[in-house]
Amino acid sequence: MSVLEVDSLRVQLPTPSGDVTIVDGVDYAVEAGEVLGVAGESGSGKTISMLALLGLLPERSTVHGTARFEGRDLITMPRRELRDIAGRDLAMVFQDPFTSLHPMLSVGKQLTEHVRRHLHLDRAASQRRAVELLEDVRIPDPEAALRAFPHHFSGGMRQRIAIAIALACRPKLLIADEPTTALDVTVQAGILRLLDRLRREHELAVILITHDLGVLSSIADRVSIFYAGRVVESGARDAVLTHPRHPYTHALLDALPHPEVSKERPLVAIGGAPPAPGRLPTGCAFNPRCAHAVETCRLEVPQLVVAGDRRLACPVDPFRA
Amino acid sequence: MRFVLRRLVALVFLSIGITAVAFVLTQLVPSNAAATNLGEQAAGDPAAVKAFDQHYGLNHPLPVRYLIYLDHLVHGDLGQSSVTHDAVTHDLGQFIPATAELALYSILFAAIVGIVFGTIAALRRNRPADHALRVLSLAGISMPTFWIALVALYVGFYELGWFPGAGRLNPGVNPPPSVTGLYTIDALIAGEFGLFWQALHSLILPALVLAAFNVSLLTRFTRSAVLEVIGNDYVRAARAKGLPERIVVVRYILRAALPSVVTVLGLVFANVLTGAVLVEKIFSWPGIGQYAYEAAVNLDVPAIAGVSIFVAVVYVTINFIVDVLYGVIDPRIRIT
Repeated sequence: MSVLEVDSLRVQLPTPSGDVTIVDGVDYAVEAGEVLGVAGESGSGKTISMLALLGLLPERSTVHGTARFEGRDLITMPRRELRDIAGRDLAMVFQDPFTSLHPMLSVGKQLTEHVRRHLHLDRAASQRRAVELLEDVRIPDPEAALRAFPHHFSGGMRQRIAIAIALACRPKLLIADEPTTALDVTVQAGILRLLDRLRREHELAVILITHDLGVLSSIADRVSIFYAGRVVESGARDAVLTHPRHPYTHALLDALPHPEVSKERPLVAIGGAPPAPGRLPTGCAFNPRCAHAVETCRLEVPQLVVAGDRRLACPVDPFRA
Repeated sequence: MRFVLRRLVALVFLSIGITAVAFVLTQLVPSNAAATNLGEQAAGDPAAVKAFDQHYGLNHPLPVRYLIYLDHLVHGDLGQSSVTHDAVTHDLGQFIPATAELALYSILFAAIVGIVFGTIAALRRNRPADHALRVLSLAGISMPTFWIALVALYVGFYELGWFPGAGRLNPGVNPPPSVTGLYTIDALIAGEFGLFWQALHSLILPALVLAAFNVSLLTRFTRSAVLEVIGNDYVRAARAKGLPERIVVVRYILRAALPSVVTVLGLVFANVLTGAVLVEKIFSWPGIGQYAYEAAVNLDVPAIAGVSIFVAVVYVTINFIVDVLYGVIDPRIRIT
């Protein structure tokens, strides 16, 4: 059974000019011990679709669809029950470790407060657990780190602390929202290795949100490509990333530098800009930027359907093997 | 710690500066010091006038007179009030507790209500509660304190008769044995609960009037401080940890908004001290404000200088405490 199964998730956010659909019918599932990579440009609805799971959206947002977490629907769950799951069974790591830790609360406090609440540990036990966690994410001198404040640490160390906080109650699912975007490249690799090791050791399901396909190719088991609030292609990592079939996935990969072939082949930028939510073109949202678009692409929104070894939302399917 | 020491040294210099300003201002007043202080009969006596001039160094130039004044000050001598004919320090000791009690309750009320209102307004932004609080705080800021005081006295005392109109206790009632000088606390120490209620009852109207402006000020500042914090990533992260809303608001949001709120609290102290002059006059409250009023009206120069120095020292001390509090609240400030 999947740890999390999201089915036709739709999210609308309130704006001054009325509600705008940010996520428009998204499906995905994660198994225990598996990393699901979610990729797409900024504004494609990746983050919003995750925030919707824990009820972290702005007020007056509307969410439709289901998100079954260990069989229970998070979307319709009362807030009180959701709070018991949040931080305990389903934890999140945010993009920017410089803003996601409270600057005035000690690392120890932020690392133990939810542990004491969720696991009902006393002070001493939660303290021991905190030291364990900091060792687990390779923070030197954990006892001293507990008394320190976030500003005493570098960005990479802060993200390790944020990961320790997320893992503190031994969650079954970790949602990491661009956990390496705000960090230096050398630090990024360390954080990714850490996530990879932790999910093996803890049988953890991970949803890794990123706009960097390079990150996914190193640790994801399966990937879902988001475009304009929809999944356009999903499947096993190797299938999707080495033989992309959706023109958008293809274009994304073409825009990626390859160290081996960089001299001969110039990088190809995707023409145009992603559409603004609420002002999507008719038909396939990618059709104005797509070199392979045909007449029907402008008329009908393509559905995500099984296409061989993956699921694909492109009836034209120009890159079919 | 070094930060605190540095601030303390600055505090000493600031206090000396204050005495200089207070002294020069009192010297600018065109009044015959000997005549106003000694009374008509003594002023006619050359020996008495000479002794007076000698004591205050009045026959010396201004800088020397200032040094003499400082010397007296260090020895706890602020001169003699020409109205009460007591030492100013004695008068201050007499009147400060009444003001301290009034200010204490007023500030406590303003702080609690202002911070709660501001937080509610921010959390319920653009909803009816926010709009209602905005109207209320605008009203509180716009209406002058003396006007609020008069209306409160008219309604609360004259029309409804719910509150006493003047003084700290009912007429003819003896105050509790003095320990702190604050009647409510002294009454509790003495175990006289009837007296405690009476003292508290007398405090309510003037304390509320004095708090009105400051509640509004704090409401508005707390609201904007909370709004600035509320969208931060760490607030969302706290909710993602499954912390109850109460903890998210108090530990994560209010904690981060606290430095701005503390800054305003320093201002509130100053407002209460200046507002006390008006409120004490209207409610016949025997405090430092009334003393200052009488001193000003009667050109009681030593008393004016004494009150000025007292108020200034309180103000400077409060600001020092605010500075130290920043470091206590925000660990990022501690290192400097």
